[in-house]
Amino acid sequence: MTKGYLGIDIGSISTKGVIIDRENHILASCYLWTEGNPIRAVKKVLKRLQKQIEKEDVQVVSVGTTGSARKLIGTILKASIIKNEITAHAIGTLSKYPNVKTIIEIGGQDSKIILIRDGIVIDYAMNTLCAAGTGSFLSSQAKRLGVEVEDFGNIALTSNNPALIAARCTVFAESDLVHKAQIGYQRNDIIAGLCRSVALNYLNNVAKGKKILEPIIFQGGVSKNIGVVDAFEKILNTKVITDENGHFMGALGVAILAQKEKEISFSFDVIQDDFQTTSIHCPHCPNHCEIICVNENGKLIDSWGNRCERGKVPAN
Amino acid sequence: MKIISFPHLGDYYIPLSLFLKRTTNQVVIPAPPITKKTIEIGSKYAPDSVCIPFKYNLGNFIESLENGANVLFTAGGGCRYRYYAEVSEVILRDLGYDFDFYKLISQDHLRLKEIYFLFKELNPSLRFFTFFHNLLYTIFFIWDMDKIDKIIRKNIGFESNKNDHDHLKKKMLKEFSHTNSILKLNLLYFKYKHQFKKIPIHKPKQCLKVGIIGELYTAMEPFSSYFLEKELAKMNIEIKRYTNLSYLLWQKSWMKHHMLHVSRKYCKYPLGADGLDNVYRTIQLIKKNYDGIIHTKPFGCTPEIGAIPIIQKICEEKEEPILFFSYDVETSDEGIKTRLEAFYDLLNIRRDYHDKRISRD
Repeated sequence: MTKGYLGIDIGSISTKGVIIDRENHILASCYLWTEGNPIRAVKKVLKRLQKQIEKEDVQVVSVGTTGSARKLIGTILKASIIKNEITAHAIGTLSKYPNVKTIIEIGGQDSKIILIRDGIVIDYAMNTLCAAGTGSFLSSQAKRLGVEVEDFGNIALTSNNPALIAARCTVFAESDLVHKAQIGYQRNDIIAGLCRSVALNYLNNVAKGKKILEPIIFQGGVSKNIGVVDAFEKILNTKVITDENGHFMGALGVAILAQKEKEISFSFDVIQDDFQTTSIHCPHCPNHCEIICVNENGKLIDSWGNRCERGKVPAN
Repeated sequence: MKIISFPHLGDYYIPLSLFLKRTTNQVVIPAPPITKKTIEIGSKYAPDSVCIPFKYNLGNFIESLENGANVLFTAGGGCRYRYYAEVSEVILRDLGYDFDFYKLISQDHLRLKEIYFLFKELNPSLRFFTFFHNLLYTIFFIWDMDKIDKIIRKNIGFESNKNDHDHLKKKMLKEFSHTNSILKLNLLYFKYKHQFKKIPIHKPKQCLKVGIIGELYTAMEPFSSYFLEKELAKMNIEIKRYTNLSYLLWQKSWMKHHMLHVSRKYCKYPLGADGLDNVYRTIQLIKKNYDGIIHTKPFGCTPEIGAIPIIQKICEEKEEPILFFSYDVETSDEGIKTRLEAFYDLLNIRRDYHDKRISRD
């Protein structure tokens, strides 16, 4: 029997799951859309992972969760470790690229930069206040231009003369884009300009004041877009590495972290369980804390969101 | 009947309401505790681009007025804040409220005589001695409370029994407010200082230490920083914070030349409000081997925006981890928690790395 370690990264747009062994080899992996329902997405991921390891004798002994729904899913799966995505990404990437110095990560809703020297994280930054230049911006603009976001990269590469599109703020970028389209720019030039503006926006906002040294690894959903990769390489004037498993780095990282945790008995039967979440507005003061209760088969397993003891939901 | 009220700033409402009550002989009801509703009301009536302390204050004023208050007090400050009293007064009058409005600090200076006559308006029988005695009492109250807070921040992350510090502080503030004598107040301070030091803690010698710097309101009002200090305490971190009322009221002015001297490599002139102070604090925290620095400010805080590039440069030179928070109405606390957790991991990883390197050498 092989011991397996499950890592799940539940992002705003996509959910990623991997099972690794002691030597960090990926035994099974799955990537699908969250579609606004993290619990359902995780159940689907688990089902597919279970299918992939059916023939091998693998027993999952530890579970880690990361991503924006890490707490909810961690509670449901009774995870041994719940880690923020910044640390998880750094650990995952370091396991494959021990020499990496800069990690560029652009996901669906957020983007971050992680600086690593001598194998330790020395600095990081995450986008603040607005989701400018992230995956969701690209996909909404793809819809406007009537192309699939998956084709964006290939179309962008055909352009010789990218349109100049404002990079500071996506609201301005959008009006720039409409304007450029109306005055007769080619579609591929606009798309290439858009990819360039995502890269510029990232470098101006998230990576502002940070020293970007080689080797640079670009990951997250947007790294699948070769147009943006190309834009980064042109602006930074260096090579930017992308990994075919780049989107699994967060899940891989948290699975590696789970190796060090205490072993638990995990069963895929959890797919069959019924999980319901309810939100309550605490009535005790005008703050009206939103309390989230997680029920497993009708039984409360955890609740959070209250700022004081008065809002505590008693376990039944 | 006059009902006096004023906006919140951490726990300072206790000495302030005592002072107002004892000098004016009127009913004093501080604004209701800050909640999400406060900031909702505040941001509804405030100009959109104004910084978040204004929105909290305006929300406090409106909730006070709804509570029946008809006399409002406010302070002034060194940045845009000095103009906020006038702006909020106009907004409140436009909303149709009827009230008297008093500013404690006008034109950046706290003038004792002016304030005395201001209080004389409210209470014609006020004697200068009573006024002066209560002023001294309040100053000592704030001073003692700030010193106790310093001890609390050092130890609260390591208490053996949860909420020991909070309970004792509540008890202390209650006993502080029951006395009228300055001598007794200070005796009480020593008694409680002793008790605070006796609270059982399990503090490792090499615990993580983080300094909080930044704009004054977000540093002192826990609600506005989404209870940053509480979150840090939960992670077993020792906290150092320079900003408190005692600092702002009397230490700041005589520190200026010293701060300019220490930060001479980076700034030649004060940056307005607490900008220079934060550059100085950054240098001090790095000198004192703090593991990391957290800088907080409201979104759009101009003096701090001027200070940030300088602070960033210092931290880059000295390889000191720093985390910047910019608060506004819409900032969700989930994002803040994620960044804090990552910061905590980063500090821990660095610690381990340095320990290993030292043991190897």
